[in-house]
Amino acid sequence: MVKVENISKKYGKVQALNNITFNVDKGEIFGLIGPDGSGKTTLFRILTTLLIADSGIAKVDGYDVVKDYREIRKIIGYMPGRFSLYQDLTVKENLEVFASIFNTSIEENYYLIKDIYSQIEPYKNRYAGALSGGMKQKLALSCALIHKPVLLFLDEPTTGVDPVSRKELWGMLKKLKEDGISIIVSTAYMDEAGLCDRVALMSKGYCLSVDTPKNIIQKYDKILWSVSSNNMSKLLKDLKIHSEIESCFAFGDTHHITLKNRITFNELHNYLMKLGHNEIEIKTISPGIEDCFMDLALKGADDASN
Amino acid sequence: MLKYLIEKEFKQIIRNKFLPKMIIVFPVIVLLVLPFAANFEIKNINLSILDNSHSTYSLRLINKVVSSGYFRTTNISDNYSDALKSVELDKSDIILEIPAGFEKEIINDKITKVMISANTVNGTKGGLGSAYLSGIIYDFSNEIKNKIAVTGKRPDLNFEIVTQYRHNPNLKYSNFMVPALMVMMLGIICGFLPALNIVNEKENGTIEQMNVTPVKKFQFILSKLIPYWVIGFIVLNNTFLIAWLVYDLTPAGSLLTIYTIASVFVLSYSGFGLVISNYAKTIQQAMFMMFFFQITFILISGLYTPINSMPQWAQFISQFSPLKYLIISMRSVYLKGSNLSQLLTPFISLIGFAVFFNTWAVISYRKKGN
Repeated sequence: MVKVENISKKYGKVQALNNITFNVDKGEIFGLIGPDGSGKTTLFRILTTLLIADSGIAKVDGYDVVKDYREIRKIIGYMPGRFSLYQDLTVKENLEVFASIFNTSIEENYYLIKDIYSQIEPYKNRYAGALSGGMKQKLALSCALIHKPVLLFLDEPTTGVDPVSRKELWGMLKKLKEDGISIIVSTAYMDEAGLCDRVALMSKGYCLSVDTPKNIIQKYDKILWSVSSNNMSKLLKDLKIHSEIESCFAFGDTHHITLKNRITFNELHNYLMKLGHNEIEIKTISPGIEDCFMDLALKGADDASN
Repeated sequence: MLKYLIEKEFKQIIRNKFLPKMIIVFPVIVLLVLPFAANFEIKNINLSILDNSHSTYSLRLINKVVSSGYFRTTNISDNYSDALKSVELDKSDIILEIPAGFEKEIINDKITKVMISANTVNGTKGGLGSAYLSGIIYDFSNEIKNKIAVTGKRPDLNFEIVTQYRHNPNLKYSNFMVPALMVMMLGIICGFLPALNIVNEKENGTIEQMNVTPVKKFQFILSKLIPYWVIGFIVLNNTFLIAWLVYDLTPAGSLLTIYTIASVFVLSYSGFGLVISNYAKTIQQAMFMMFFFQITFILISGLYTPINSMPQWAQFISQFSPLKYLIISMRSVYLKGSNLSQLLTPFISLIGFAVFFNTWAVISYRKKGN
């Protein structure tokens, strides 16, 4: 469906994208996962023909993003990260404008947006600007779908959205996938990676890994512990200076550490006791996507500096 | 598709709480107030009189000057330095100095001189004031010439210049100004609004959603242009109405001529606004750029200063102001009753501008970034 080969893009001196390569298959939900500034939006803008890459080839449904941009614009739906519908038009008018641009009508593809649009239909005469965040998003999604695209781009659709609406959105994406629409979605939330069929982990313009979330976790070969004590900020510093600990990151209410050499719980426990920590808890845990990302990002940084 | 896009633009303009009011109220206020405020007929010029003659003739001249209504005597001095001081203190604008031998010279030599010194810090006031004063003195000299001719039985051949103001016989300032102000309003509304339109979509991010659609560039620009074209007609009609109701001013020529030329003007000027909108990244930038061009265009358009009295280079630049061509046309139609065939040059120039700016607007509208 989408083919990205060695795409690079520079903004002035900042290398926003660095030799990005991946494929998206037909009918899958593909996630671009990475923190802010990792190049997700830039890549989206290249694939949606809004931006021209410095080098590399990108194809959407067989069309080149530079040469055949006209064809691509007909078959993709794009929902930018920022709400970008006309706030001074009503819900219905927004939908009508975008339907008419694609020479179609709301009725024609109503079946496709029915599940989503029916939830905001009671407010169809309200100005888009007066909708709540969740409803705005449903409207934006409806507008992006009204012309029955084969591929849907969603740029950080869950950023700044409440947990219930996030869940709803992923539910909607699953349904769209069943309708045969391929979806590329970007997010900074690592926990959403598991909801994608395949993901590309991105960091600072590099693509760290492209695989199913399961495989990425399976490939993780480190020993991972979670550590907590009564003084978490001191604990982070103390763990970082320990010679046998490779990496240490704060993860919610515990710190995750990976080890260079096998040391025992007791050895670490004693080390921390000596430094004045109490209520020390050390556990072996299985990695999540975020752990994999941290590990890959660290490796990537090492590779880049070598 | 275009129909929907235009419909969308209209809805957005009408729903704006501010714009529709501005489009109606703005021209009304300008046309009601400005012709009175920006009036070049200068009255109440402060005059300092320095009469060294103290004779019947000098008294007659002074009476004539004062009774003209343009001047207000603020200072009567005995010496020039006193008079000059009153100018420096800003009490007087013009000094009229009558020499000691004034009466004697008139009777004996038939020739004499008076001196007019004007403070030209305010150039218009000084310049016009001294022109008025010279006119009065010229009149006065004619009067006494005739008188002497009669009493002295020496009929001189006498040439008199009679000025006749064609097309605006009373030199009514409003007749001259109102058509030009109509153009200015048309320019401001149909220039600024488009200039802010596309850039507004940029700031709101809505352009992003438009850019990924198959909308063609010219369709998009056209959907922006047509609403302002219609608004231009509304503004024009309003100004016609005010000119007629308030200033009793109706075009000597046909309204159709004005509509034809103005419609092309609006297209060209809105196109220019769209070009600016395409280049600006923020509303602030667009506003700033538009302001610069707007003021330049107005100043060199001949709205206030006749183009013929500008220096050569300024006359050259004035060719690039679309406002100039409509102002010429508007004044000609209103005052002279010119028809389209007499205004072919400005008309064709405006068509050129319209084509040029709108092509540029289509080309410079980029759906793609770098």
